[in-house]
Amino acid sequence: MQRHLVRPVLLMIAFVLFMSTFVITAQTQAQTQPTPTPRPQATPTRPRATPTPRPRRTPTPRPQAATPTAQPTAPAAWAPRQISGVALQGSGATFPNPLYQAWISVYKNVVPGVTISYQAVGSGQGQRDFIRYLTDFGGTDSALPADRIAAEAPDALHVPMVIGAVVPTYNLPGLPAGTVLRFSAETLSGIYLGEITRWNDPKIVADNPGVPLPDLSITPVYRSDSSGTTSIWTDYLSKVSETWRTRVGAGTTVRWPAGIGAPGNAGVAGTVVRTEGAIGYVEQAYAIGNRLSVPAVKNAAGNYVLPTPETVSAAAAGVTIPEDLRFSITNPQGANSYPIAGLTWILIRSQTYTDVPKAQALTDFLYWCLTEGQGAAIRLGYVQLPTEVRLRAMAQLNKVRVRGEQVFTTPPR
Amino acid sequence: MAQAQAARETFRERIAKRTQHGDGIFWGLTLFFALLVIVLVLAILWVTWSDSQLARERFGLAFFTSGEWNPVETEVNPVSFGAMPAIVGTLISSAIALILAAPVAIGIGIFLAELCPPAIRTPLSFMVELLAAIPSVIYGVWGVMVFAPFFTQNVARPMSETIGQIVPWLGGNVASGRGLLIVGIILSIMILPTIAAITRDVLTLVPNTQREVMLALGATRWEVIWLSVVPYARAGIIGAVMLGLGRALGETMAATMLVGNRPQVPETLFEPATTAAALVASELVNSQTLIHESALVLIALALFAITLLLNLSARLLIWYMNRGPVGRTRA
Repeated sequence: MQRHLVRPVLLMIAFVLFMSTFVITAQTQAQTQPTPTPRPQATPTRPRATPTPRPRRTPTPRPQAATPTAQPTAPAAWAPRQISGVALQGSGATFPNPLYQAWISVYKNVVPGVTISYQAVGSGQGQRDFIRYLTDFGGTDSALPADRIAAEAPDALHVPMVIGAVVPTYNLPGLPAGTVLRFSAETLSGIYLGEITRWNDPKIVADNPGVPLPDLSITPVYRSDSSGTTSIWTDYLSKVSETWRTRVGAGTTVRWPAGIGAPGNAGVAGTVVRTEGAIGYVEQAYAIGNRLSVPAVKNAAGNYVLPTPETVSAAAAGVTIPEDLRFSITNPQGANSYPIAGLTWILIRSQTYTDVPKAQALTDFLYWCLTEGQGAAIRLGYVQLPTEVRLRAMAQLNKVRVRGEQVFTTPPR
Repeated sequence: MAQAQAARETFRERIAKRTQHGDGIFWGLTLFFALLVIVLVLAILWVTWSDSQLARERFGLAFFTSGEWNPVETEVNPVSFGAMPAIVGTLISSAIALILAAPVAIGIGIFLAELCPPAIRTPLSFMVELLAAIPSVIYGVWGVMVFAPFFTQNVARPMSETIGQIVPWLGGNVASGRGLLIVGIILSIMILPTIAAITRDVLTLVPNTQREVMLALGATRWEVIWLSVVPYARAGIIGAVMLGLGRALGETMAATMLVGNRPQVPETLFEPATTAAALVASELVNSQTLIHESALVLIALALFAITLLLNLSARLLIWYMNRGPVGRTRA
């Protein structure tokens, strides 16, 4: 090596090392502290934020009598605080992404000073980002498991936002026009367990009296990418089938006993459409948008129910709601409940936000979504939470504290 | 006059003195870029190694021989992860792709470089290069929409019913046709232009003297190509094949759309299976537990190791072949 060239090279290497220390310190900071620059908490952007020990509404909401008058609007006096210079980062579930993006773009006009970004990276990645303090809020279709909360995110709060239903879809040529197939829980679990392999199986015939079912082999199609849709679907199958629960279980990816995997809703739908005798499962909104054949499913009360906004919303009303709002609404009681649906949550932190304006902006935004934002949810084809669940979700926002001080109080209704 | 000459000399010298540092900086800069590649490879290695620690500690070497892949704990089936299905799927589908694509692609390359009439050489080369530029998701979509139904009806079913009765791994139940064979075929179409284009480039670089000597000795065209031109370029051709193999091993999108995504070692080529890249891409996003994530990273590490080993062996092969004299003498 030429001697006079040694120095520039050493300089280069030193520069690389120097830059890499930057990256490493940035990472460790992101892991220990969500916001490295805490603002002075003594300068609230609006007077209400001063810690007045006002009697807080108990998180348990009003009794069920309030349910019939489902008002998706906030109290007239309420408006989100005009905070400026706050950027909120979120990531997670893809299923509610169109709705979240719509909310974010409308909210930008309501509170111009708050910039929110949500990246649809999948529920699992959303949970991971949230736990590692890379994001301010996380979106997830499956609740954090209890052991994970205890070990990694003890102050995580689950705020349910909307309901998503999962519907089976099939490709069965030769049926009379207008036929709506009907499936019982035993049939669906039998098909996905690989025990029911032909369309003229006595169990399917018993569900569909009078329908001429062909002697065709059944190809179950599942999501190959791990997803919340699979989580809801397998949760349902675990509840209705003991064999499924003990052999396969529920989760975002499971060990499928039969069938083929295709990526995404589009992959499953495409495979079903192009494989005669196939059956798959997709999100309801996707099935509606692509005019797929959607069957009626037998619910716990024994009725065959088609997925509609009413039947899906009824599912969430028919279950007992736990304190932390982590609950499954598959196979619920109720004569008119559609049995395969799940909640989608936003994860927030109750104790470890360090930035008061940030926490205020986030809780305001979520409250706005749960009230004013509901119109957009309906328009985009999502199923609204029943009033009781929505009130409980709003009450979660009261639990957010920055250095012991509450940042949001649900306005009296 | 002489004075002026001297002054000009010193001026030139001064310029030279000033500019020779430029060479040094340039040298350093290019060295930095070159080192960056090594740093990147090491960084990937380090991340996959450290993130897969959990799986390495829990499963050890048995991870690579186990065929069980169950991410959810149930009463009957414990959580278990094994890389066998992913590795077997990757190797078999890539091998099918290579067997189908390499001879055809090398043939295309030879035709384009040696035999093609000039009038159609440019459009043909252009089409080959265009094929190489098509994103893999388009191959996947075409595979799902057009090729898979055709393949199931006209290839998989007849094969399974005839030859499959004798050869077990070509038989079995053909439900949807999704499996390693269809992925192998799609991969072969994807890597075909890569190999063909590089083979053509390498062959055109063979000096004309090679051809002229053979022709002067009275060789036929076949002899010129096979005894002189191709042997001269064999290192480059092997490189082209390895590049194609690399693409086949790492292909994710088209594979996951067509392979059926079943983490089990398949008994036949028509059964749903999985490949390493498809498995990692589909399950990592929403992995449920830390051990699940760790196992997926370990599969990624295994894939990395496989590509590295294959590249190394290709290097060895080239080195071994280049020891002797170029070309071959006829007996």
